[in-house]
Amino acid sequence: MRESSPRERLRLLKDRLFGLVMGVGGVSVIIAILLIFFYLLYTVLPLFAGATVASQGLREAPAKSPPAFVALDEYAEIGFTVGAGGDYRFFRLADGSELAAGDLLAAASPATRATAISAGAPSERTVFAGTADGRVIVGQASYQVSYPDDKRQVTPRLGYPYGTEPLVVSKRGASLRLIAGQANDDEASVAAATGDGRLLLLNVTRQTSFLDDEVTFESNRTELDLDGGDVAHLAMDIEQRELFVVSTTGVLTYYDISNKAEPVLVDRISVVGEGVGVTDIALLAGGISLLVGDDQGRVTQWFPVRDDHNNYTLAEVRSFAPLPAPIAHIAPEHYRKGFAALDTAGNLGLFHTTADRRLVVEPIAADSVTALSMSPRAHAAIAVSADGRYETFDIHNEHPEVSWQALWGKVWYESRQEPEYIWQSSSASADFEPKFSLMPLTFGTFKATFYSMLFAMPLAVLGAIYTAYFMSPPMRAVVKPAIEVMAALPTVILGFLAGLWLAPLVERELVGVFLSIAVLPLAILASAWLWPRLPGAVRHRLPDGWEAMLLVPVVCAAVWLSLELGTLIEVTFLDGSASHWLHTAFGITYDQRNSLVVGIAIGFAVIPTIFTISEDAVFSVPRSLTMGSLALGATPWQTAVRVVLLTASPGIFSAVMIGMGRAVGETMIVLMATGNTPIMDLNIFQGFRALSANIAVEMPESEVDSTHYRVLFLAALVLFMVTFLVNTLAEVVRQRLRRKYASL
Amino acid sequence: MNDETPNDRGTGAWLRSGLPWIWLTAGTVSFSLIMVFGLLILITLRGMGHFWPQGVVELTLDNGERVLGELSDSETVTAARVRGLGIEVPEGQELVDRYLIKTGNRDVTGSDFRWVTALHVTETRHPESVFVAEREEWGNFYGFVEGIEENGEAIASGDDPWPEIAARMERTQALRERIEHIEKDRMGTVNYELEHLRLRTRELELENAPADHPGYAEIAADRAALDARYETLAAELGTLYEQIGRDTLIARTTTGEVRKLSFAKLVRVFQPNAMGLGAKLVHYFDKAAEFVADEPREANTEGGVFPAIFGTVLMVLLMSVFVTPFGVIAAVYLREYAQQGTLTRIIRIAVNNLAGVPSVVYGVFGLGFFVYFIGGSLDALFYPEALPAPTFGTPGLLWSSLTLALLTVPVVIVATEEGLSRIPRSIREGSLALGATKAETLWRTVLPMATPAMMTGLILAVARAAGEVAPLMMVGVVKLAPSLPLDGNFPFLHLDRKFMHLGFHIYDVGFQSPNVEAARPLVYATSLLLVIIIITLNLAAITIRNRLREKYNAAEA
Repeated sequence: MRESSPRERLRLLKDRLFGLVMGVGGVSVIIAILLIFFYLLYTVLPLFAGATVASQGLREAPAKSPPAFVALDEYAEIGFTVGAGGDYRFFRLADGSELAAGDLLAAASPATRATAISAGAPSERTVFAGTADGRVIVGQASYQVSYPDDKRQVTPRLGYPYGTEPLVVSKRGASLRLIAGQANDDEASVAAATGDGRLLLLNVTRQTSFLDDEVTFESNRTELDLDGGDVAHLAMDIEQRELFVVSTTGVLTYYDISNKAEPVLVDRISVVGEGVGVTDIALLAGGISLLVGDDQGRVTQWFPVRDDHNNYTLAEVRSFAPLPAPIAHIAPEHYRKGFAALDTAGNLGLFHTTADRRLVVEPIAADSVTALSMSPRAHAAIAVSADGRYETFDIHNEHPEVSWQALWGKVWYESRQEPEYIWQSSSASADFEPKFSLMPLTFGTFKATFYSMLFAMPLAVLGAIYTAYFMSPPMRAVVKPAIEVMAALPTVILGFLAGLWLAPLVERELVGVFLSIAVLPLAILASAWLWPRLPGAVRHRLPDGWEAMLLVPVVCAAVWLSLELGTLIEVTFLDGSASHWLHTAFGITYDQRNSLVVGIAIGFAVIPTIFTISEDAVFSVPRSLTMGSLALGATPWQTAVRVVLLTASPGIFSAVMIGMGRAVGETMIVLMATGNTPIMDLNIFQGFRALSANIAVEMPESEVDSTHYRVLFLAALVLFMVTFLVNTLAEVVRQRLRRKYASL
Repeated sequence: MNDETPNDRGTGAWLRSGLPWIWLTAGTVSFSLIMVFGLLILITLRGMGHFWPQGVVELTLDNGERVLGELSDSETVTAARVRGLGIEVPEGQELVDRYLIKTGNRDVTGSDFRWVTALHVTETRHPESVFVAEREEWGNFYGFVEGIEENGEAIASGDDPWPEIAARMERTQALRERIEHIEKDRMGTVNYELEHLRLRTRELELENAPADHPGYAEIAADRAALDARYETLAAELGTLYEQIGRDTLIARTTTGEVRKLSFAKLVRVFQPNAMGLGAKLVHYFDKAAEFVADEPREANTEGGVFPAIFGTVLMVLLMSVFVTPFGVIAAVYLREYAQQGTLTRIIRIAVNNLAGVPSVVYGVFGLGFFVYFIGGSLDALFYPEALPAPTFGTPGLLWSSLTLALLTVPVVIVATEEGLSRIPRSIREGSLALGATKAETLWRTVLPMATPAMMTGLILAVARAAGEVAPLMMVGVVKLAPSLPLDGNFPFLHLDRKFMHLGFHIYDVGFQSPNVEAARPLVYATSLLLVIIIITLNLAAITIRNRLREKYNAAEA
């Protein structure tokens, strides 16, 4: 356009640079803000990613006899098989090369043959071999990790925690057809079905002499009565307290063997339908649930359920989506409540019990599989065939315990009487079943919101109408900032006062608090009735629009009166303690930190939000409308209700929505003024646990990228979405209203 | 509206006039006002009262027992409740007064507080000679002076032991300050440098430096020097500790038990019942100063909150450094550069709504993104020598201020945008018409005019950040930080350190401390402090906003 000097050019360059900085800066700030949403989503999404199973191919690892048992080490680098004949072998999974081998019964007399092989709980790494002469040997795999040259080297070894000489189960020397056992540092138990049709139980306790640390074993043998038919499957829990026996006809018998000398038959039940056969059973990690696989390809979960009379009965808790062919093997995970199942057609399925999910089904290459096992960390599995070939699988299955049903539905957790909503994210034991139901927390959030809105909405909305429409401007100039300052009060202070000052006060003056709900309006109405009847000289001292000021002492007096009256009523009619009376008369339990207290405290926190926005909405109703209404003879109140309120209603709606959004996310008050127990109960006198407080409490302790961590992120995402949607709705309504006013 | 007196028209007409309903709405405003001011008054009274030297009462009960302590609360309860606690109340009496007495002497009685029912009290006295000792452990001591011992030998001090006690307290105080200086500053520095050396060694190891690398020798020399310094300091400390333990105060409780109180453990000794108004005022301001300027004692339930004030202020300042430029740039972009269309409107709504997203969500984001993701990566890149102990991969000051900056940036954006939109068109157009570029117009005229708006936004942001606790619990606040995030050790500002915060202090002391009852007055005082800070900030913002409006109204006219 015009000739530019260097100075001009520099100015233009600066101009462009400035624009660029603003553009880049502005966009990046906006992106950073939006990042919150995407990062939350990014952390949550893996929860819902399915599992994958990738075969690492078939390899050879010749064994003396067809493997009856297989296990993997911690790192899934070493395989361990025990053949039907009692021969064992450790081998490197990568190439099948042998690391150690031998015979479980090597130390026994050469004539002793293994007739039954059984695995203990996978986390104990024990294996049992029963013999033809009625004895049993306990083996335990151990893996020594060393780091020569900074490289991990694992040396496998087979140990005999209960001696190299087999333990006698059958004194008569009957051959053991089928066994199930468990062993820990203190005791070992083995149940065995003998060739002559009996069911025997052996218990061995380890006694260490105080004098010379010499170890002796004390044995105890019992025979269990067996009339459920021929034994087809046996399983014992890791605590050595329960024994499950399945007959060839599919009848499951459940024995309580906590007293080894006197086992008790607790329940006997048919676990499959007519004409259906049980093909494999296994205990889930923790030893509470029994998994039963049948020849229809189904796996069902059973555990003893206690009824109201303290009797235990076995209940079918859930049945998983079936595999195409009869179930051949079930391999539970070591610590989580998941398992793998293989059918006879070679389909490998991964399941999780709590989430009631069949995560993945994958055909495998190995055929005539004789044993299946999961690695301790559940990131690998192995299947071995009769011919000694084996196939390993890489498993990615980080969060099997989460499903829509597990998060939002009722779930029948282990040892519970019925399906329930429970939030219980952690416990001391490793094989604990985490309970991730977001329902109790969401319920708590809604409960807090409900009671706080109940308190805040009338106060804030009515107050806003009065302030904007009836109040005199000088007073309004004081009241508005005062209530806005209320919004700035840190919620931690409100929570502290609610928990330590208001809660005991409410407990002491419970009757008075409820009484004031009635007394306050009556007192105000009485003053409204009395005021115009006062002599004019008094009346004219107070100009119009100062009623609120006049009512301050009235309200104070009314509150004081209700509290005094409340005490009187409590003493005269309620035996001196309202909370006690509530309990005896209605069975209502009273927590000191309850929803009433929280409702008042959060209500206090959201009143300013609702008040300010509704007041703005009411105040900006065009004067022409109200003037017109008044000119047509409507009373000020009629004008307020039928014209002002109606016109401003969208604004008030959006104010309430924004207030609600604030109540939903309020953290410190609920954290401090409730007991934080995740119960679902509408009772106003009980506490709850809200989503936000739960996050604040559990987040710092949760392990990064664990399911718990991601579920907490999900809770945060839910809060984010709810408040964001509510606020957007409110904002859209408000903008519409603004356009409407502009056109009026 | 109440000029038309409905005097003679009856109740029906009165109801129809709508007057009662108007009064009802007025009542809600009154109620809200009472709540706000009542709350402020409650916090003020309890918070300010904390420092006042309470008189000590001696109650004699009908069973001959004597209770000595401060009256900390009294209430009227129904007889049933008291009976429920196993206290006998005569038939026919329905209401009972009871007092909460702070008896102190936790080392003697096992608890600090005791409820006493009024009807069991036979005599109330205010003995002049009673004294209160604030101690470094076991809470307050209430009792009577028996004597003074120096190195285990009684000192005769005439009739009035108090001048002697005061002199010895002064001596102990001086010694304590010296000990503190050595332990905190000088030894702290030595330890900091030792840790630094350890990291340097580890760094060399990670680089696979050969054993004869000169670095090792250097480190060894430095370490020897530091060890020597440490030894000297330790020796010095040893003598000081010996000196400070010289004097003992012999005191008797109201039940006659004799206790030896080492002066080294006494913070303050005074006779509240013998104090005049002047002495009480001095005591009051002394305590208030201690509260603001000293470190906490006894698991945060006594002493001061200085580290919490310091942490709050530093965190908020850092946050301002982040939030101001970014908030302003985003606002300028949205208002001046971005094309005003649907997309901009959506972004504006989104930014606006983010201010309403629960703060705990920001905490979750901060923990996941800043601490674990960015912090973890920083550690792996720049601090491998400290691993597995995280440097930035753990909650800390930097992440807290960033998280709060993100939380408050919408406030700044909205306020700045509003300020920009209020600047009259004429001013912009005038500048452009004079040949200024857009950047010059913005930089020289528009932005300076919008400064008050930015200030308002910043102050509101600071006020919000100062009161937030929930996100900080995840990204960097601790109940007791061993050292301040700003000290004399290079690089002086330690962004990776955890810090204390007033709001979290309230939560922690009020709800997590083992002795909530004893800590309660302190929590009120802390609340008052926080409320004062936040209300001052808010009032400042409101004032600036109002000034600003007037200015533009003038400019537009």
